[in-house]
Amino acid sequence: MDISEIIQKENLVFKKTEFLTDKSLSYCPGCGHGTVHRIMMEVVDEMGIGEDTIGIAPVGCSVLAYEFMNIDMQQAAHGRAPAVATGIKRCWPKKYVFTYQGDGDLAAIGTAETIHACNRGENIIIVFVNNGIYGMTGGQMAPTTLPGMKSSTSPYGRDVASMGNPLKITELVAQLPGTNFVTRQAVHTPGNARKTKKAIRKAFENQKLNNGVSFVEVVSNCNSGWKMTPVKSNEWMVENMFPFYPLGDIKVDGNFVK
Amino acid sequence: MKELRLMKGNEAIAEAAVRIGVDAYFGYPITPQSEIIEYLMTENPEERTGMVVLQAESEVAAINMCYGAGATGKKAMTSSSSPGISLKQEGISYMAGAEIPCVIVNVVRGGPGLGTIQPSQADYFQAVKGGGHGDYKMIVLAPSSVQEMADFAKDGFDLAFKYRTPIMILTDGVIGQMMEKVELMDYTPRLTDEELIEKYTWATTGKSKDKERRIITSLDLDSAKQEQHNHHLQSKYRQMEEEEVRFEKFNCEDADYAMVAYGSSARICQKAVELAKEKGLKVGLLRPITLFPFPKKQIEEMTKKVKGILSVEMSAGQMVEDVRLAANGKAKVEHFGRYGGIVPTPEEVLEALEQKVISA
Repeated sequence: MDISEIIQKENLVFKKTEFLTDKSLSYCPGCGHGTVHRIMMEVVDEMGIGEDTIGIAPVGCSVLAYEFMNIDMQQAAHGRAPAVATGIKRCWPKKYVFTYQGDGDLAAIGTAETIHACNRGENIIIVFVNNGIYGMTGGQMAPTTLPGMKSSTSPYGRDVASMGNPLKITELVAQLPGTNFVTRQAVHTPGNARKTKKAIRKAFENQKLNNGVSFVEVVSNCNSGWKMTPVKSNEWMVENMFPFYPLGDIKVDGNFVK
Repeated sequence: MKELRLMKGNEAIAEAAVRIGVDAYFGYPITPQSEIIEYLMTENPEERTGMVVLQAESEVAAINMCYGAGATGKKAMTSSSSPGISLKQEGISYMAGAEIPCVIVNVVRGGPGLGTIQPSQADYFQAVKGGGHGDYKMIVLAPSSVQEMADFAKDGFDLAFKYRTPIMILTDGVIGQMMEKVELMDYTPRLTDEELIEKYTWATTGKSKDKERRIITSLDLDSAKQEQHNHHLQSKYRQMEEEEVRFEKFNCEDADYAMVAYGSSARICQKAVELAKEKGLKVGLLRPITLFPFPKKQIEEMTKKVKGILSVEMSAGQMVEDVRLAANGKAKVEHFGRYGGIVPTPEEVLEALEQKVISA
């Protein structure tokens, strides 16, 4: 059988959403970013809101997210995405606006913008990919690097006494009255990816209802920065990241989940 | 009928913003410009025109809110004073790189550091020579009256959208705080969303099915493309130098000596020119209205007629460097300045002219 006979419309079992471009991802093989991109754009596609969605790429590994997400996008200065999103959303209240940020961007240099956008209850979505390291710049210690975890700027492991504690910013923003939906998910297994997709869908639905901030953390790996194989890094993530950053909903419809 | 009002400079620019159809103002309080956001919050622009006004958590956030709004084609404005403008430099550089229109008002106070809340012109270098990182320029408008505070808001947005770039209105505590008669412009309606989408095809307003999607970014990791982008930016700055130079001259026709001064210093120098006339001295004044692009040719022209030039600023000597570059050794150029929040008197200025330029 010739390949052209196989590639027929009636044989189609899977199709990439048109809201992802055909560009090869710039992410390392094994990285979770690509999965999160796909999930987000599938939700945009399924909700039919591609014409009304404006995304904001951060500084960090996902700085080039605008190359892959096939919608109108802006690239923001380091940490400032929630302020940029505020500027857009206040002027275009009917558009869907999301930020896509990593842990250094969102929980270190952009802490003020994150907390205040959340506290004002901006009707935006913040997607926070937490891999506990600065991936783009070559594996330095991040605000979410675990105690004892090695990085290029904590080569002997994060010493909490001198380097401070990892910041659980998701729990922190959940305390703010402006956040409506706060959840922590992962994408390392098909089951987890499905849960993340459900969360992203809820976040977009929330925005339609003007409910305030939906904050979706995705705990992810960084096999390059962690100096592990992709498989090993996922195992390490489950064993070390998840106990510190437990998965699940923290706040749903403005109420804490017990 | 003309609408005349007695207003502070800060109030005039805020009222003008509402009238010219600004879509959004984002700001953070700092003396001596807090009246701008106070006025806007009091005057309910949301009800009057639909203009959004938001007090941000910082100057950094405010400029980035402008980035987001401006990148969707909205007329976004922010204001601050010197220390706050330093914080905005990152955002201004990003806007220049990503080609986002915006009007930034700097009501300058004395520095460095926390300095003083009194007027100063010591942010000239920051405004004119870049301020933020990278090769970029901003058109800098320098009002010298409350009327111009109002008028330049409109001119500023026209220029910001003509060139798709951030522009600065550089004023100081004198102009911001003093009250003068101002003739207010008629209302220009804000663009509807449909009009905006039609007009600004570059704006990120959501990808429509029949159009290419839009990306607003200052990043290009391919150096060759980044250089091309810089060529494009530089060509805009050259066009500004050719088309946007603005200045004003007083008594320059048969002047033996000239002063160069902008903003509130130009007002003081106008008086000094009158005092000089009483003494039988022929002194002219050239007031740059745009600090970038700088009226280089006009100053060069002036060197053919005058024996010497005094650059007068409320700084330790910043604009004087541009005056010297323009004069290019063809005339003696001296500087006189008071700083740290001190405003010079016309008598002091005239005395400096006599000592540094005329009798030296």
